[in-house]
Amino acid sequence: MALAKHLNPNLFKNPEMAPTRNGYGEGLVEAGTKNKNVVVLCCDLVESTRSLGFAKKFPERFIEMGVAEQNMAGVAAGMAGYGKIPFASSYAVFSPGRNWDQTRVSIAYGEQNVKIAGAHAGISVGPDGATHQALEDLAIMRVLPNMLVLSPCDMLETKKATLAAAAYKGPVYLRFAREKTPVITTAKSPFQIGKAQVLRTGKDVSIVATGPLVYEALLAAECLAGNKDAIATLFARYPKITARVKTSKLHGHSMARSKVTIAWSPAKIFALLKQRGPMDAEVINCHTIKPLDIKTLVISAKKTGLVITVEEHQINGGLRGAVAEALSLFHPTRIIPVGMPDSFGESGEPMELLEKYGMTAPWILQALVNR
Amino acid sequence: MHLTDKKRAALEKKANEIRQDIIRMLAEAGSGHSAGPLGMADIFTALYFHILNRDDRVFLSNGHICPVWYATLAHAGYLPRAEALGTLRKLGSRLQGHPHRGSLAPILNPSGPLGQGISQAVGCALAAQMDGKKFETFCLMSDGEQDEGQTWEAYLFAAKYKLHNLTIIIDRNNIQIDGVTEDIMPLEPFADKLRAFGWHVIEIDGHNMEHIVDACGAAKAVYEKPVAIIAHTIPGKGVSFMECKYEWHGKPPSKEEAVAALKELQK
Repeated sequence: MALAKHLNPNLFKNPEMAPTRNGYGEGLVEAGTKNKNVVVLCCDLVESTRSLGFAKKFPERFIEMGVAEQNMAGVAAGMAGYGKIPFASSYAVFSPGRNWDQTRVSIAYGEQNVKIAGAHAGISVGPDGATHQALEDLAIMRVLPNMLVLSPCDMLETKKATLAAAAYKGPVYLRFAREKTPVITTAKSPFQIGKAQVLRTGKDVSIVATGPLVYEALLAAECLAGNKDAIATLFARYPKITARVKTSKLHGHSMARSKVTIAWSPAKIFALLKQRGPMDAEVINCHTIKPLDIKTLVISAKKTGLVITVEEHQINGGLRGAVAEALSLFHPTRIIPVGMPDSFGESGEPMELLEKYGMTAPWILQALVNR
Repeated sequence: MHLTDKKRAALEKKANEIRQDIIRMLAEAGSGHSAGPLGMADIFTALYFHILNRDDRVFLSNGHICPVWYATLAHAGYLPRAEALGTLRKLGSRLQGHPHRGSLAPILNPSGPLGQGISQAVGCALAAQMDGKKFETFCLMSDGEQDEGQTWEAYLFAAKYKLHNLTIIIDRNNIQIDGVTEDIMPLEPFADKLRAFGWHVIEIDGHNMEHIVDACGAAKAVYEKPVAIIAHTIPGKGVSFMECKYEWHGKPPSKEEAVAALKELQK
């Protein structure tokens, strides 16, 4: 089994690195060039959210809101009602985090053609700490009727998602991150709202990932398959990991959290996996959380019988929640969650945090060892 | 927009009919808000039967007073009066307990959670300004709603963009659900606050047709600033046992109370 054709050929040879937010910035300029009704609103974060390029090119269509996310949601709704296509940009913790009621009523219930751009999503925003780490946004947005939820995997896909959001008529939430992450796809890779991509075909386990962690899923899958470049990349990225935070109980209603420290090293986990024999993993890029591509997921789950969800989000309510809801109805399957273990984050470097809270490739492998 | 004596009398008669329909609608619905809709009947009447131009847009920010909107729209021909009288808050109705965008053609925004309508009106006015459109955007608000921080975010923003094509009419009836506004969360000096936020403020008697018409006319003549009309009204206006009683903010009349209220209004 093999990787899909349209992936970056340098995936495990020092791939190009770019922040997904750059894709949003480029997408905005292109969308604005194509359609004069596109307007961009931003809450005092033009540089961070990469709204700056649009603001410079189309100053007459850029609206500086000040630090007022509630008003931004309403103004965007009002502009959409008039006929504009507003992109409302801020950090995901503020929009939709702070203005969820306005998002629910003025935008979702109002069925307004507003695009909500949640920047700096995930724990990888890093040193700013827990207040600024949006780890609940997928959950609060995907429960809203009428709302489309996009979580693209790299810079190129974020650009495509931005353009697709502009072309789609209706409310959209688009999530992206701060840090540079590997470019996984190519300009030619397909992107269609609601259509998950099988990036690697396999038969033993389905790794369903969203956002930049798709790279971790691919890395884990190729390591399992014995890809030497991937294994070298794994060891280079994660020379030694010694501890993580994990939930004491991942299943059932009790999600009581405790900090459990477990010793770990890439060499150790590799030895363990070898004992269990080769494993052929399917990797699915679930860039659309809503509407979920249930068909692709069910076909994969039927084939493999085991699912791992990977997300830079609480393990409750986001991608895992969406996948579990769908599979429980159409093909009940065991799902092992990889994500934020029902915990708030803390300050730290992005990769340190992803490792500590268990969202990197070694922890995907660990999940398979423990399965 | 001059108001002749004949026109004023006609508007006052229409407002009274709308008040009666509000009572009928609420009694039939068995739930809903009484005081605000009765207090705003004169303003809604003046808007829909005299002030609004064809392209002007109306946003309601305090959605709970929608019975007065529905009743006015029925009288203005946007829906059958029988539908207004019989379906408010009922299953499958276009007349939701709080307005649903598009359920009737003139309803441009969902509202209910306070403070949201003003932001949407601001967005509409801004888009119109960008495109050089000439229509006026009106937004109707309540005084209790001013407690919401979002309203003040919107005021800052409207002043920044000099949205002179935006006129808000605030129902200053001095009550909210739990009591008198100045007890719950004091607003005064309210007009000064709005002026300090960069707005042109006009204070009127919200039951005086001439005041309402003149203020809206003056608002159109104001450039460089958005305009806030603070309309002093009597909550429950026209029904003696409801007037100025905050207890009537959020409840409907019983069948018996409705009979008594209609008797008063028909005098």
